[in-house]
Amino acid sequence: MSGIALYATDVIALARKDLRLELRARDTLPAMLLFVLSTLAVFHFALPAGTDRDAAYGLLWIAIIFTALLGLARAWAPEREGGALDGLVLAPCDRSAIWLGKSLATLAFLGAAELVAVPAFALFFAPVDLVAVAGVALASIGICAVGSLLAAMAAASRGREVILPLLFLPLAIPLVVGGVGAGISPNGATYLSFLGLYDLVFAILAWATFEYVVTE
Amino acid sequence: MSSRNNLPLLAFLTAGLLGLGVVLAFVVAPEDADQGISQKIFYFHVPIALTAYACFGLGAWKALRLLWVGGERRDLESYTWIHQGTIFGALTLITGSIWARASWGVWWSWGSNQLVLFLVLVLFYCAYFMLRFSVDEGARRERICAVYALFGVALIPVSFFAIRLASDFIHPTVFTRSGPQMTHTMFTAFLVCWAALTLLAYVMYRVELVGKRTDAHLRELREALT
Repeated sequence: MSGIALYATDVIALARKDLRLELRARDTLPAMLLFVLSTLAVFHFALPAGTDRDAAYGLLWIAIIFTALLGLARAWAPEREGGALDGLVLAPCDRSAIWLGKSLATLAFLGAAELVAVPAFALFFAPVDLVAVAGVALASIGICAVGSLLAAMAAASRGREVILPLLFLPLAIPLVVGGVGAGISPNGATYLSFLGLYDLVFAILAWATFEYVVTE
Repeated sequence: MSSRNNLPLLAFLTAGLLGLGVVLAFVVAPEDADQGISQKIFYFHVPIALTAYACFGLGAWKALRLLWVGGERRDLESYTWIHQGTIFGALTLITGSIWARASWGVWWSWGSNQLVLFLVLVLFYCAYFMLRFSVDEGARRERICAVYALFGVALIPVSFFAIRLASDFIHPTVFTRSGPQMTHTMFTAFLVCWAALTLLAYVMYRVELVGKRTDAHLRELREALT
């Protein structure tokens, strides 16, 4: 097998391991789904009557970011609790494959939560068009790429539940700008390309630096 | 590393340049026709902001070198540069806020891209300290902090761009701050202030580095004794 095929096999095996764990234990995804729905319900009461659709759209993004944080906080929990990260680092695969596998698994969870959140948002608040959905998809890639690396950093620290949002939120600001812009601005394509650029820059950076975060 | 002896000399030079900068800015440079006395803060606000960028950049450069070639001292150097950068970043926020109050009548303006960018950066680098102090000391902490510092320099242009884009839908009218043409003396005063503040950052970096090294040394000695 060629190098790329081997790498892809590793990544798929790692991502599949996370999905299978979730299917058996179910301790992340149901929490994310319930959280995103309750957040949207809370926002209905937080928004004064007569607020326009643009303001509601910003709240969708807050819901997405915090739901992602909920998932990311638990992203490395299985590895940490079982002490399995050492095993993974020692495994004969490229270490960036661990990051990519984790990002893909997190993306699957976040995607599932958004499959509920976006229709629910359209039902409760305002219609969502195709550009907005593309914005959600592109921003999710960025959230998971950056988030799974930062979650690995936070997992190495003492106050991991507290540290992760502090690390993540400043980096998420450009994603919120891109996502909200794609939803409400008439020239949504600019924002979509900005999100694509963000994904590219930070995915490459995370891919290249992940090794340093996990090795002792 | 240059010798430690030139530090007092550098400190005196910095103090002199800063004094000269103050004199040039307040006495020699003409008063701005549009903004009057409040424009004087320009000579400090902008150089402080530029110095903060330089500090963050140098911090990331040291971090990159650490990941590339290793070396424990680079961790401390990177940390110290980021420390200085955060101080200068916070100063940028304060001086920018004062300027906004003087010229627009509000303490904070989301329309000023520079201020918003520094808010994001200061938040980001404050999280750096939180991260650093909650990971156990060792090779892994050095590398984690280095990776985070590298994310910082990637965040600067991306945020800059994002804030430009955001002002599209947050502020329909773009803020232009194109004042009157800068005169020769104004530009000289600006350059002197810039040089003085950059030098100040460097001197503070050196002092801080010596302090941190001594601290680490002391801890090693204490551990050896017990």
